Amino acid sequence: MRVGVVTFPGSLDDRDAQRAVRLAGAEPVALWHGSHDLEGVDAIVLPGGFSYGDYLRCGAIAARSPIMSEVIDAANAGMPVLGICNGFQILVEAHLLPGGLIRNDHGDFICRDQVLRVENASTAWTNGFTVGDEITIPLKNGEGGFIASDEDLKRLEGEGLVAFRYVGINPNGSLDDIAGLTNARGNVVGLMPHPEHASEAGFGPDTPAAMRSGVDGLTFFTSVLSHTLATA
Amino acid sequence: MPTIVVDVMPKAELLDPAGKAVAGALHRLGKNEFSAVRIGKRFELTVDGEVTDAVLAEARELAADMLSNGVIEDVVAVRVAD
Repeated sequence: MRVGVVTFPGSLDDRDAQRAVRLAGAEPVALWHGSHDLEGVDAIVLPGGFSYGDYLRCGAIAARSPIMSEVIDAANAGMPVLGICNGFQILVEAHLLPGGLIRNDHGDFICRDQVLRVENASTAWTNGFTVGDEITIPLKNGEGGFIASDEDLKRLEGEGLVAFRYVGINPNGSLDDIAGLTNARGNVVGLMPHPEHASEAGFGPDTPAAMRSGVDGLTFFTSVLSHTLATA
Repeated sequence: MPTIVVDVMPKAELLDPAGKAVAGALHRLGKNEFSAVRIGKRFELTVDGEVTDAVLAEARELAADMLSNGVIEDVVAVRVAD
């Protein structure tokens, strides 16, 4: 299975996402923002970073880059697409997920190992979890406050489209403690925290068992592998 | 060359941390006649040629679709600069 990772000008975690894909047993494929070629991949990751220096709005310019027309078509045709942090902002700006992300309510950039509760375990990227699982993955953002209109929020909650919620603290003022969303079809998932940074023992968050041994994020990438094999 | 100005503001009900920080600084400087500050964006679109109704309509569309995000911002004006 081939998973494309799009590099935009200002992407930072593209290689980390490629590494997580490899650790999960799939083949990472580097995709370029300026191209219109998805190179036959089976799934796509929009990585974290600060595309276009967060100019205009976070993710706004990247959402209108050449490759995004193919990404949007593929997502609408059911291809799994995961947006991490800036990638989540890009998905929202591309209208593949509803709502918006604004500056953290406390005004500061925040970097911490964050506990999340899995709220939807039937998406392409979360099927390896069980609803109610609590996972720990790194969070690092300045503009991660999720907001949506009352109407959209009601729909997200009513239709089970909240994929992850913050547990313990709400690190950025997100409405309803929302950390991540899925679309109704379950192929498009976006979240602010970074699963790719918790995918290899020795380089993840601390756990009670050992320092930096947390690999809860790897399940995102093994999930998409199982999903693709099951639907092949 | 003529210029179309687009003004975009964060929605009134949203927290504007940048504006709040400036308001805090004003307060510390003793400028107590100003109780709040909100910070928005001004875009200046230089037009190659005449500003026709079609060009203005295009600018309005762009303002709503790309220069602002309706979830978090309002376009408060699209006008030809004097």
